Amino acid sequence: MSGWAIFGQAVVVLVGGGLVGLFYRGVDRKIAARMQARIGPPLRQPFLDLGKLLVKETVIPKTAVAWLFSAMPFLAVLASFTALLYLPLGPFGPVLEGHGDAILVLYLLAIPALAMALGGFASGSPLGVVGAQRELVMLMSYEFPLAVVLVAVAWRLSELGLAPAFSLGTMAQNPLWGAVGPLGIIGLALLLVSLLVVTPAELAKIPFDIPEAETEIAGGLMVEYSGTYLALFYLADAVRTVVMAGLVVALFIPYGLAGRLGLSGAVGDVVDLAFWLFKVLLVMVVAVTTVRVGMARLKVDQIARGFWLRITAVALSGLLLLVLDKVVMG
Amino acid sequence: MGLSAFKRALWVFHVATGSCNGCDIEIVAALTPRYDVERFGIRLVGTPRHADVLLITGPVTRMMAERLKRIYEQTPDPKAVVVVGGCGSTSGVFYESYNLVGPVDRIIPVDVYVPGCPPRPEAIIDGVVKAVAKLEKLGAKV
Repeated sequence: MSGWAIFGQAVVVLVGGGLVGLFYRGVDRKIAARMQARIGPPLRQPFLDLGKLLVKETVIPKTAVAWLFSAMPFLAVLASFTALLYLPLGPFGPVLEGHGDAILVLYLLAIPALAMALGGFASGSPLGVVGAQRELVMLMSYEFPLAVVLVAVAWRLSELGLAPAFSLGTMAQNPLWGAVGPLGIIGLALLLVSLLVVTPAELAKIPFDIPEAETEIAGGLMVEYSGTYLALFYLADAVRTVVMAGLVVALFIPYGLAGRLGLSGAVGDVVDLAFWLFKVLLVMVVAVTTVRVGMARLKVDQIARGFWLRITAVALSGLLLLVLDKVVMG
Repeated sequence: MGLSAFKRALWVFHVATGSCNGCDIEIVAALTPRYDVERFGIRLVGTPRHADVLLITGPVTRMMAERLKRIYEQTPDPKAVVVVGGCGSTSGVFYESYNLVGPVDRIIPVDVYVPGCPPRPEAIIDGVVKAVAKLEKLGAKV
């Protein structure tokens, strides 16, 4: 593919990803409201919020490290939007297929969290520092199970002789559910569960919202951010939701509809794309919306211990079952 | 995107300056499913930096005066101030009390008063919506 074609696709994906991210945030808030028997904000509420934040004054506190404080929102937006380009989009492969693999996506997902933590440290507010420390604790807790899930899927793909095994595109084209035995299916289910638990932590949503914890540390690492910078973080968060849900879809439910309905060509692509968007929404609702309405915030030590012991154990046993399935049954 | 953006996306920060908790409970009541202010885009935020409107309850005790000024300064422009309850509006039953420096409008400029002891949630929502009119007037000047 020529550079210009990639550039054109990238623009479409980035703009579309931003719009979908914000719209899904609206859906998320609407569903949360309906679950609480409220009417809830209109679906376009995130767009209104963003528009309002852009006309507000942007304050840089006197005690903040100004350049670091101002750079971090941009870094968060850049990293989350870049991750979009490495995501398989239903019938279409990643825009930057072959220019980076799943490990890169892991890092791109970690960068916004790191940027928010650095911004919190640079904000000069004790609440920001506390929030940043919590964000780092959480980052260290959930990264290991996340990596285990990715490595397990990649290892099984390489055992099938598929290359490059670490590409999200390969993972999305070769769903493993049909390729493994019964033990492997249990293993994959365990991996899926741990990834679904990691998803709200990655996005710092209830019950894993300790870095922000509005009622406790007044917004934590976001405490000093206002106006345009806050809008950028808001946008980055919305896009990260799509990326994270897209990752779950790519790893575990990459199935299309068009083949089953006997559609092909442009119509099939449109149907598959719509189906992909639906799957992303479904993952978001299951892993983020229902969980954040149904649960209260966990404590810092509960999250650290929960991820290091329980979720890691679940992910590792998933990996072990996959290995056993290959070695014993294979 | 003008200041009409505020019409449907107001973020509210709640400051208690020595209130008895009556007004504060009514503010929380406005968030409950029965009144559900989120359907108007009104959201309670955790820090003045995110806020468009300050909801202030209480008659302002001596210790809170400095903090109130500071919170007002921390709120990014354009902003509006809504006083909720009789104490904040007029000192109410605490009129000429030795430990008060209020009412609120002696400390910071106030845009909307919501009287009542405590005011009903409908009145609080109405007050917040009236604050939008002030923000829009600011927009007309700009």
